[in-house]
Amino acid sequence: MGIIFVKDREGNSHKLEAEAGSTIMEIIRDAGLEIEAACGGCCACATCHVYVEENWLSKLKTRCEEEILMLDQAFHVANTSRLCCQLEFDEQINGIVLTLAPD
Amino acid sequence: MNHNTDVIIIGAGPVGLFAIFELGLLNLQCHLIDNLDKVGGQCSELYPEKPIYDIPSRVKISGQELTDELMKQVKVFNPVFHLNQQAEKIEKLSDQLWKVSTSAGNIISAKCVVIAAGVGSFVPRKPPIENIEKYENTSVFYSVRDKKKFNGKNILIAGGGDSALDWANDLSSIADVTLMHRRKEFRAAPTTVSKMLNLEKKNKIKFILGQLDSIQESEGQQLNIEYKNDEKKDSLKVDFLLPFYGLKMELGPIANWGLNLYENQIVVDTEKFETSEPSIFAIGDINIYPGKLKLILSGFHEAALMAQKCFSYCCPDKKNVFRYTTSSKDLHKKLGV
Ligand SMILES: Cc1cc2nc3c(=O)[nH]c(=O)nc-3n(C[C@H](O)[C@H](O)[C@H](O)COP(=O)(O)OP(=O)(O)OC[C@H]3O[C@@H](n4cnc5c(N)ncnc54)[C@H](O)[C@@H]3O)c2cc1C
Ligand code: FES
Repeated sequence: MGIIFVKDREGNSHKLEAEAGSTIMEIIRDAGLEIEAACGGCCACATCHVYVEENWLSKLKTRCEEEILMLDQAFHVANTSRLCCQLEFDEQINGIVLTLAPD
Repeated sequence: MNHNTDVIIIGAGPVGLFAIFELGLLNLQCHLIDNLDKVGGQCSELYPEKPIYDIPSRVKISGQELTDELMKQVKVFNPVFHLNQQAEKIEKLSDQLWKVSTSAGNIISAKCVVIAAGVGSFVPRKPPIENIEKYENTSVFYSVRDKKKFNGKNILIAGGGDSALDWANDLSSIADVTLMHRRKEFRAAPTTVSKMLNLEKKNKIKFILGQLDSIQESEGQQLNIEYKNDEKKDSLKVDFLLPFYGLKMELGPIANWGLNLYENQIVVDTEKFETSEPSIFAIGDINIYPGKLKLILSGFHEAALMAQKCFSYCCPDKKNVFRYTTSSKDLHKKLGV
């Protein structure tokens, strides 16, 4: 069991329990935070857009082609942007800090 | 236009399409309404190329293939499609008759209504920019209905998919078009992309790297658009802004139809999949009941049971005899086999 830190759109921080094997999107959604994730994690909607705190970026797997394409439908995309249904939680990113993108 | 049929199906996703088949076997005629310009719902709009692995007996089938196969399967029943329009209103004409009106002015009456509306209608994704609503339908448009409006004007098209590029190419012959996207790579058909790049070379389209940041009014009906490219900010003035960022699903008018809802889904029973209003049914992703799974195969099952009850509403004096398609002469006749 690990944790992730998520800042919501009102600026409140949440500490969420995270289990290896779940995606970050699932962890955020199941904790009841406002994340639309309309396609349920199929990389087909871009409504699970988050910003990853800079110093965690290098610990993540790089974006695959599909995620890059899908990010074209997101707004306010930055170089810290990720679709978090494509990020699987593991020990490497225990404690990662994320911010939900505006919707 | 006024139409009359046995059953109105709202939503032409996979579940709405299969409902045509189950109702057809019982001799019930259907009219379908869908917001999209094509059938197939999520399967054709969100993941046409992606494989599905849990359709019984199909080891693997793509969203578009499933849609095409369903269309082949229901063709014999001559369903009538009203695409590109939203079912907006439902009214009770009498105990045994409903009237559904669409955004394109079609009025359809029927004894039963089947809501197979998925997660709702596909509507354009709107950029989360302050005050954008203020300019919608005057200077900001999410779709192009009337090209004439743009004649000789300054237009900014934002986005990097097929719609953005198609319209940039198309409107560049009558207007001053700027295309904005956050990178100079596009998620559109290769021919569309090369056409756009060609037009750019000929100075018929101007391309800028960037993302929308804010909008303000400017003098003479113009919009001042601020955009960002990495941390650099810049701005331009245009007559019209056309953002094309794909579609999302929204429950829409169904929320106001007086049906029992739970978290934006329609509550049904699991015997007939009927809503709180007799002779209005809900099947597929739109409904909710204990144990509901949002799977295509669940929707197919729901369609079969719903059809049985529709039959008793539409043909109260007829007996419904359960038969298999394999062996029934009567069903073979209906299927044209
Ligand atoms: C990426 C992805 C992968 C998936 N993979 C699988 C899988 O492997 N297996 C599986 O079983 N399921 C899968 N699903 C889920 C599956 O696609 C849905 O369960 C299925 O599409 C539901 O079908 P439906 O006909 O109920 O609704 P939808 O497909 O959502 O279609 C509903 C239609 O109704 C229309 N509509 C809604 N309201 C109105 C209105 N008022 N007026 C007019 N039209 C209206 C909409 O425009 C839409 O076209 C996946 C979904 C996604 C997004
Ligand atoms: S949930 Fe749809 S892209 Fe991540």
